[in-house]
Amino acid sequence: MVFEYAPAPESAAIVDIRPSYGLFVGGEFTDGHGEPFKTVNPADESPLAEIACADAADVDRAVAAARAAFDTVWGPMPGAERAKYLYRIARIVQERSRELAVLESIDNGKPIRESRDVDVPLVAAHFFYYAGWADKLGHAGFGPDPRPVGVAGQVIPWNFPLLMLAWKIAPALACGNTVVLKPAETTPLTALLFAEICRQAELPPGVVNIVTGAGATGQALVEHPGIDKVAFTGSTEVGRQIARSVAGTSKRLTLELGGKAANIVYADAPLDQAVEGIVNGIFFNQGHVCCAGSRLLVQESAADELLERLKARMATLRVGDPLDKNTDVGAINSAAQLARIRELADAGEAEGAERWSPACELPGEGYWFAPTVFTGVAQSHRIAREEIFGPVLSVLTFRTPDEAVTKANNTPYGLSAGIWTEKGSLILWTAERLRAGVVWANTFNKFDPASPFGGYKESGFGREGGRHGLEAYLDA
Amino acid sequence: MPKQQPKPHAKEPVRLPVRKTYKLFIGGAFPRSESGRTYQVNDADGTFLANAAKASRKDARDAVAAARKAFGGWSGRTPYNRGQILYRIAEMLEGRHAQFTAELRATGLPKSAASAEVDAAIDRWVWYAGWADKLAAVLGSANPVAGPFFNFSTPEPTGVVAVIAPDSPLLGLVSVVAPVIVSGNTAVVVAAPSAPLPAVTLAEVLATSDLPAGVVNILTGDRAELAPWLASHMDVNAIDLAGAGGGDVAALEEAAAGNLKRVLRPGDGDWTGDPGTARMTAFLETKTVWHPVGV
Amino acid sequence: MPVADFGDAGGVSTETLTSAAELRAFLNGLPGVDRVGAEERAARLASRSIKTTAKAAAIDLAISMVDLTTLEGADTAGKVRALCAKAARPDPSDPSVPRVAAVCVYPDMVETAVAAVAGTPVKVASVATAFPSGRAPLAAKLADTEAAVAAGAAEIDMVIDRGAFLAGDLMKVHDEIVATKEACGDAHLKVILETGELATYDNVRRASWLAMRAGADFIKTSTGKVAPAATLPVTLVMLEAVRDYRAATGRRVGVKPAGGIRTTKDAIKYLVLVNETAGPDWLTPDMFRLGASSVLNDLLMQRRKLATGVYSGPDYFTLD
Repeated sequence: MVFEYAPAPESAAIVDIRPSYGLFVGGEFTDGHGEPFKTVNPADESPLAEIACADAADVDRAVAAARAAFDTVWGPMPGAERAKYLYRIARIVQERSRELAVLESIDNGKPIRESRDVDVPLVAAHFFYYAGWADKLGHAGFGPDPRPVGVAGQVIPWNFPLLMLAWKIAPALACGNTVVLKPAETTPLTALLFAEICRQAELPPGVVNIVTGAGATGQALVEHPGIDKVAFTGSTEVGRQIARSVAGTSKRLTLELGGKAANIVYADAPLDQAVEGIVNGIFFNQGHVCCAGSRLLVQESAADELLERLKARMATLRVGDPLDKNTDVGAINSAAQLARIRELADAGEAEGAERWSPACELPGEGYWFAPTVFTGVAQSHRIAREEIFGPVLSVLTFRTPDEAVTKANNTPYGLSAGIWTEKGSLILWTAERLRAGVVWANTFNKFDPASPFGGYKESGFGREGGRHGLEAYLDA
Repeated sequence: MPKQQPKPHAKEPVRLPVRKTYKLFIGGAFPRSESGRTYQVNDADGTFLANAAKASRKDARDAVAAARKAFGGWSGRTPYNRGQILYRIAEMLEGRHAQFTAELRATGLPKSAASAEVDAAIDRWVWYAGWADKLAAVLGSANPVAGPFFNFSTPEPTGVVAVIAPDSPLLGLVSVVAPVIVSGNTAVVVAAPSAPLPAVTLAEVLATSDLPAGVVNILTGDRAELAPWLASHMDVNAIDLAGAGGGDVAALEEAAAGNLKRVLRPGDGDWTGDPGTARMTAFLETKTVWHPVGV
Repeated sequence: MPVADFGDAGGVSTETLTSAAELRAFLNGLPGVDRVGAEERAARLASRSIKTTAKAAAIDLAISMVDLTTLEGADTAGKVRALCAKAARPDPSDPSVPRVAAVCVYPDMVETAVAAVAGTPVKVASVATAFPSGRAPLAAKLADTEAAVAAGAAEIDMVIDRGAFLAGDLMKVHDEIVATKEACGDAHLKVILETGELATYDNVRRASWLAMRAGADFIKTSTGKVAPAATLPVTLVMLEAVRDYRAATGRRVGVKPAGGIRTTKDAIKYLVLVNETAGPDWLTPDMFRLGASSVLNDLLMQRRKLATGVYSGPDYFTLD
């Protein structure tokens, strides 16, 4: 029998999207003086709200608010008191978790299962985790009395809008800094809801400021002379520009940038779990993941069997309405991103790799791309080298462990990698040699606030998460 | 040191000292600059000391290639072994105490200060040697993640590090080189242009300390000429701007952004204090490994 | 579809084994199972949300897959007859409710059960081979089996010798299954692995393949007498095994989780697991069974809720 799942949409009634949103500066929602822009639902291209755009003067105001809060309230506040604000925020995130998840899925296009089960729980966990550090910084290994850096300018991407906000704001606040954060242009809504959460938590005005806008707003923020630290998550190209712009200043900088992770499957891998790990590695969040396992390196002796299983598994992926609880792969975040994915996928075909997607009906409106796998990919193909940031997997083969490691490391990136084998010594041997900041062995795409995350080489520098994540926000 | 000049009026035949040719140190060898260039190095009084090699961008390129080649082997050594080799460097340096003291005196230091600086340089190697097998314990962690996973973080060397050495010709040099290599990085060092000779002599120490070829490569010459090539080199992973002039820092940092090098900005130039761990951690990555736990 | 058709077995039952060493090498050469990954996958599938029409179809399918079971020392003819009546007509007030697949009883109750279900498509399954422990001489196990078959059992649920399996005597386990299969004659053989005693998913996968190679028509998780009984991840691993076995040999082997399945929600999770692991070919009572008893009333209750729109209560369904 054919077991069709009936639609099981999560109710959108829980969120109340206002027609327009202002900037969050000094604890108040205020007008922006740039050209307002619209954020759309990528699943159907419907406009969701009009968003204020911060110009340089607005950014200046936000930085001034953050500086004042740093000097007068947040900097001098005992860590134990800062901690309690962060715990409060964690609790409110938990209380409003369904609302945040639905809003995230609407604005971003990611499946509700992921925003509900991954993004939002990790957001709460992150605040909870760093809250606990706020009054223990002297024990963190950065000297007996480490001081905050000051005002942090933070720019985050659209792939995990609220989670990246948490990764940036939680450690910054725990260490006693104040922040001006710019969410991505296409996904501002959960950050603005977070501003409301800050108000519910009675966080002192100016500790968190949120300025919305596009690249120019971000540039005004990172180049503002009044900030002491820049934290950026996004593309390597923009990361480079930011690194250039802080050159010669005293600003501290951490960057979490692109990746082209190798997911290495040895012939003795637990195959069914490896297939799950591959699927989770590249199709989680539509492949809009900097640490996505976008290069599958499979030992040639197991390649056929693995690919057969992988394709069978891909055929069960459910692509569609992000709010449907059974959706596995949601909408591509924007028209621009969809165009880039298409362009690279076409290049893959043109360069001679073999393209395959399961039969899957894509919705007529919105931005969609079917889960895709390319076989017969060579290291020299663009799809093996460039970050696609979409649900596109490139499969390469190797013969020996040495070759696997060499191919895995043969990239300017170094964010993450995967290893699949039942042999413990081979895991450790491989992990030791991979030039990547996060190595998942017999698992993939796992995140935890206690676990440091960040890249080698052009994937950026600095770590987020864990004790290591404090370093960026402490003047040790 | 070519200080002894034959006395013009001596009757008996005076033995002419054999001078040393001060060359570069690349891949364990001592080549001249491929450019054939040298520059004159004088002592504090303006007296000729040597014609030091004036390295070119191609020498810098070769040094980077040598450092890259050495990286896998050096970073793959056990920390205990690296610690022993750093300690061996201290031993070799101690054995040449007088030579270094003389070379520092030539830069204008009084004898006691020169001798004290050599002492300090030796002790610095000893200090860093001991760090080799402690870094992972101090900087690494087992992370208590919320799930059935064992998760651990370990520090790892960044890779090839370009070091723009400060003007302090021995203690400053040792203070920037030792923390780079102790963790397994390899280095391309641009020695202080004003006093390059202790750097070349240090290379002789390194060459006789069981340090594998290419782990430290030392270039003498024009800092302003060489630094931009290293800052922009796409196969250099990090750069220590300790000796970069204030006016050059912005441009070097900008060039370093080309491949997102880790950049250590110049400090206060005081090499006598407690070095701390910052110079080591600046050139370390953190690798986090996850594995499920289950039967 | 004809309930009697147990897949496309096509006469393939056992393969020639050269030696115990070959069997061991084969089973140990199967890909490993990572516990965390398998449990994560099962939990992910368990989070599927099955609503409205899909739920209605799933409930009816689940009812039709139930092996309604009573395996108590206190079983009597009266108890068994009551169970059979329920099996043939689960909801006396609603003839549209499908019948269950089979009743499952001890060998000495087979005759009673056969008489009670006569004239209905409900089959009689019997446990055998010194169920549940299996600790009896082979001759006794085979006599147990033959008696049940002689009494009219259409399906035999045997237990493997877990002691021999854990001691590494894989040939003994294998040969006992072959012998029991022979004793079954035309009756279909379900092989109970008792996964709760096998301890690891690697063992579950190996035991599954061992049973399939020895000729099992079905592989079944548990006796219901050992905790844990059926779990989603264990069933996932077994479903992967039957899927892979079909890919390798062309023969379809059925799967039966038994024990611990109490609610409609549980039952539907198993159907999702089947749907997305072995595939739709297994979504029939020929290829998938739910060994349970209390789940039936919950399925009936949920069915009525869907039909009437109001929540029902236990007083409206028979307790047998």
